[in-house]
Amino acid sequence: MAKASTRSNRTDTYLSRILGAMGLLCALLLVLVVFFLLKEAWPVVQSGGWLRFFHAQGWYPLEQLFGMLPMIWASIAMALGAILLALPIGVASALFLLFYAPPSVAKIYRLLLNLLAGIPSVVFGLWGLTELVPIIATWHAPGTSLLAAILVLTLMIIPTVALTSVAALSAVPKELHAGAQALGLTRKTRIMSVIIPAAKAGIISGALLATARALGETMAVLMVAGNVVQTPSSLFDPVRALTANIALEMAYAMSDHRASLFAAGLLLTLIVWGLALIASRIVKSNGKVLAYAK
Amino acid sequence: MPSRSASNIRLADQCFSVLIMACAAFVTITLIWVLGDIVIKGASHITWSFITSEPSDAGRSGGIGTILVSTLLILCVALGAAIPIGLGVAVWLSEFTVQHSRFSNTVGTTLDVLAGIPSIVYGLFGNAFFSLYLGLGFSILSGGLTLACMILPIFIRTCESGLSAVNNDWRKGAQALGMSRSAAIWHVLLPAAAPAIIAGLILGIGRATAETAALIFTSGYVDRMPGSLLDSGRALAVHIYDLSMNVTGGDNAAYASAFVLITLIILLNTTAQSLIDRWFSQRIYAS
Repeated sequence: MAKASTRSNRTDTYLSRILGAMGLLCALLLVLVVFFLLKEAWPVVQSGGWLRFFHAQGWYPLEQLFGMLPMIWASIAMALGAILLALPIGVASALFLLFYAPPSVAKIYRLLLNLLAGIPSVVFGLWGLTELVPIIATWHAPGTSLLAAILVLTLMIIPTVALTSVAALSAVPKELHAGAQALGLTRKTRIMSVIIPAAKAGIISGALLATARALGETMAVLMVAGNVVQTPSSLFDPVRALTANIALEMAYAMSDHRASLFAAGLLLTLIVWGLALIASRIVKSNGKVLAYAK
Repeated sequence: MPSRSASNIRLADQCFSVLIMACAAFVTITLIWVLGDIVIKGASHITWSFITSEPSDAGRSGGIGTILVSTLLILCVALGAAIPIGLGVAVWLSEFTVQHSRFSNTVGTTLDVLAGIPSIVYGLFGNAFFSLYLGLGFSILSGGLTLACMILPIFIRTCESGLSAVNNDWRKGAQALGMSRSAAIWHVLLPAAAPAIIAGLILGIGRATAETAALIFTSGYVDRMPGSLLDSGRALAVHIYDLSMNVTGGDNAAYASAFVLITLIILLNTTAQSLIDRWFSQRIYAS
């Protein structure tokens, strides 16, 4: 008996070591990702400094001009437009799910949201290109535009906003509901003045995560936005996002051009991390735990 | 408030309800539009020969047989790498480390940071590390490993949350029976956390199968039948992208491929669910 228990103790020790090594491997993965992005981006950073990405007159890789600013503005415009549309629709979806729909409908609606979240981005791109773009083109040629990108991105992030809002709204304590009801408030007032303010932190941090997703999205944006490098001046302008630029040019980029694409990737990652950091700060400062939303 | 009559308040309440319903209806109708579009335009082109034959004329005619094989191989590599490491790290985080110790917190934060990296950046990393540095080139192996890196954080986090949610009585019970920790993990805790593991697996499979951006520069564009894992292979999602953007007259084939892709994702999800259900329910009762 004693022998058996020492053997099993030894198995436990080995298991613990192996699993610990795996954990270390995961932590190392982040170091590896950052290291390789930096390593590949280094030549262009070293030869001209970071500022050249913002100062150069436009993006002309053949002439060694790597101005990313037009594409940064395009990316920001897309993500901002998408979240402005997706936030009200997503929160309304969450309210519908929790307070308006009968249980059976709510179940189906949740299934629909999950289905929407599971549609591959390339399929959204295909749909946007063949259905949405022609409709926009009848108002204003060429159709592939900032507007098309915003609309497709909106659809893609509605599930994220809705599901994080559901988590935040259902974490509101029962007492608040009961108190509001006891005051004789209508359902609209209960929701707008009591429940949403109580769930504000969770909703906002969910919206930030959704914005980060929109910024990082590549394929759908690549397919519907038109990919002309220019600072957007109207909704109907064809524009190129930072992500789309990487996907378009990686295939043939060499030396400094390739390095600046890696720098773009690094910049994108930093922005997305910044948003995620703010989101987690908001949740933490409110002392509420947001369910895993992505 | 004497100026606002009760009927006004009731009207505002009703308008608000209508607005909420309208938003829900909008989301539902758009989803039906997207899915209906894919099904109507895609299903009519699906034949047995489309699914089995090789693409020809840049994908305009022929089928997607070789592309399906590449897609499944990439998926197998990704899951083969991500599942053992993911389960291992999840078990380690929830069972072997002191909760909120500095090291486990560091690993946890690292995972959250990794989960936030956009997929195109994983593509850049995979290209620089697996394809060039490790010399795997444009291959199914480097594509699959890149996807493994991408799905690992979310898989670990869901498994870990499932394991931590297992009631402590189960651990104490196993200990009281004289089970070693390894045995308790294998026979008690993992089966008890099965729903979360399935959820993590489904999320991972969904992401990996749908992914395009991370694969363009890692597993490549070649649409021939892959001879080994070191050959380049075109994933289904990359095929759809290529057909709709770079091949004029490829829309029909693109829609048919999109239909197959969505069907594949649903099929893989249900299979994963039933497989793990059966596997875990057998062990928790029989052993």
